[in-house]
Amino acid sequence: MEIVHVYSKLRSEFGRQCLFSDRPAELLLDLPPDPSLTLSFIQKSPRDQAVQACWETSEHQVNTERFETTSCGINHMEGGWPKDINPAEMEQTIRVRKKVEKDESFINSVLQLGSVMEHCIRQNNAVDIYQECFEDEEVVEEIQEPPSAKTVNIFRDPNEIKRTVTSLSWQPDGGRKLAVAYSCLEFQKSSKDISLDSYIWDIENPNRPEMMLKPTSPLVCLDYNPKDSHTLVGGSYNGQIAFWDTRKGNQPVEFSSLEHSHRDPVYKIIWLQSKTGTDAFSASTDGQVLWWDVRKLAEPTECLVLDPSREGNLDQALGATSLEFEPTMPTKFMVGTEQGLVISCNRKAKTPAEKIVCTYDSHHGPIYALQRNPFFPKNFLTVGDWTARIWSEDIKESSIMCTKYQMSYLTDACWSPVRPSVFFTVKMDGVLDVWDILFKQSDPTLSLKVCDNSLYSLSVQDNGRLVACGSQLGEATLLEICSGLSNLQKNEKSLLAAMFERESKREKILEARQREVRLKERSRSEQSREEEAGREEGEEDPKQLIVRAESDFYSLVEAEVKRREKKDEVMKEKDICEEKDVKDEEQKGTSE
Amino acid sequence: MAEVEETLKRIQGQKGVQGIIVANSEGIPIKSTLDNSSTVQYAGLIHQLVMKARSTIRDIDPQNDLTFMRVRSKKNEIMIAPDKDFFLIVIQNPSD
Repeated sequence: MEIVHVYSKLRSEFGRQCLFSDRPAELLLDLPPDPSLTLSFIQKSPRDQAVQACWETSEHQVNTERFETTSCGINHMEGGWPKDINPAEMEQTIRVRKKVEKDESFINSVLQLGSVMEHCIRQNNAVDIYQECFEDEEVVEEIQEPPSAKTVNIFRDPNEIKRTVTSLSWQPDGGRKLAVAYSCLEFQKSSKDISLDSYIWDIENPNRPEMMLKPTSPLVCLDYNPKDSHTLVGGSYNGQIAFWDTRKGNQPVEFSSLEHSHRDPVYKIIWLQSKTGTDAFSASTDGQVLWWDVRKLAEPTECLVLDPSREGNLDQALGATSLEFEPTMPTKFMVGTEQGLVISCNRKAKTPAEKIVCTYDSHHGPIYALQRNPFFPKNFLTVGDWTARIWSEDIKESSIMCTKYQMSYLTDACWSPVRPSVFFTVKMDGVLDVWDILFKQSDPTLSLKVCDNSLYSLSVQDNGRLVACGSQLGEATLLEICSGLSNLQKNEKSLLAAMFERESKREKILEARQREVRLKERSRSEQSREEEAGREEGEEDPKQLIVRAESDFYSLVEAEVKRREKKDEVMKEKDICEEKDVKDEEQKGTSE
Repeated sequence: MAEVEETLKRIQGQKGVQGIIVANSEGIPIKSTLDNSSTVQYAGLIHQLVMKARSTIRDIDPQNDLTFMRVRSKKNEIMIAPDKDFFLIVIQNPSD
């Protein structure tokens, strides 16, 4: 019911003065409580009421500007002597000392301090308070924390015009230094003002490069000698090879002559294992792989033309964009080409034709990275176009494992030197992916956005924890990977070996199957050419198959139905038997 | 005078003690059992450390004051007992 009071007034009376009058209170409505309504309510007791009585805070991060520091030594001089005493004069200092020793306060202080000190010394001698009590205990299984990586340092190109970081190389034996090659790979984009230098950075000091390398043309690739941590070899944009000794300064000790070098930028150069430790080989998009002895860089010691038809014809040669050499397999090496082919070669072959052993048709685009798994050298990783693929040497048709197509182009990849199932890739959208194929094969285990521009190169330090990646604007970022991804897990090698086996087997079976199918097709097509009637047979074959399949199916179904019926009968008999038994027992029971 | 000598000798005789230095509030070593260059280095550096530590303690609570400092390093332990005018530094190689 609504409480309404109608108030009506003649229009002509509007505006007239209101004459209010008092009147006693009138009860307009009395709503007694209706107990029956309580049934639709539940008493809520106790009630939770949250109260917050603290001041508002907000989280805010501040990054200060980089503070340039340099370290320098301090010369300690004696100080504090009174003005009239010359610290060099032994007599005067001795006199001052003697005077202080006679002082009352000195004696008291020393006595008091001495007793305090003795107490602590005795404490030390009694119990070693810092001893490791729980050293011998088994290391507790680490709780699987989510994989992570953090940026340790960023090394920026100090020049005005930023160049791309095209190659990184860690110093061997500990890796305190990182050699970074800078160049501008975009066609005709490099201006005259661009600096030609490449730098060696000390990883502790991101402010200034430790050393500059001054080649005659920007370096595209660099490699530290794994045997001698002072020497480096680099391939430059104009095709020349240069050899540096960091003890001898910034200029290359020697560089190859222009006539005998590559005719295109040298994309990869690797030191070889040899008795003299001075051999290296380089690959370039001009289609050649050249071997050099760094003591005599005027001429290459050997040359291989990457012609897949094995004729040594330079016009047909494929440009090489990556090179692979594993010291444990010194006779073999692999070259990745611009056309997406991986060519496996044998160093010890006598004729150039025999040098090229086989090819793997891998990617749709140039192969930017090629590396054998350090623990399983028969398997190698390639990166080109939008996928990363893992191959087994024996299977030439296809890769044994392949990542799905990524959102952006992959530019570099490498295996982790400590964990056989972990590899790193970098992409053109500035993302570093860490893949652990034992953990997850469809997605990277860890995906980090390192910077906004594209990443071009990648290198992992020998301990597997530090990863350096280089970007388009000359920034080399140093990241530290969490221990979960850089420590060898239990059974990892055997699990990975099993995985590779399995995948290779699968590929082999698929290959065999393909071959069978192809043979059948061929034989079938031959038959149809010989006999025209054969064509009908070809068409009948599927029909016959269908008919046969149908009859098989129906017979199977009938057999099953019969079996089921038999079973039901048996069950029914059993039930009757059981009932009989039960009845017998009951009768027995009642009779007793 | 003799008590000072005796005290210092007693401390020196404790197991593992490598050296003792007594320095004044300005960092000048008064007495030492180490060679001159080490003494000067220790006295100068530790003086600064003690000043910093003391000011830290007093900043946090002005009623408080530094009574003792132990600096444990990989190779040895440096114990510093500060006083109003002097401080005593003992370098000990703990027994382990």
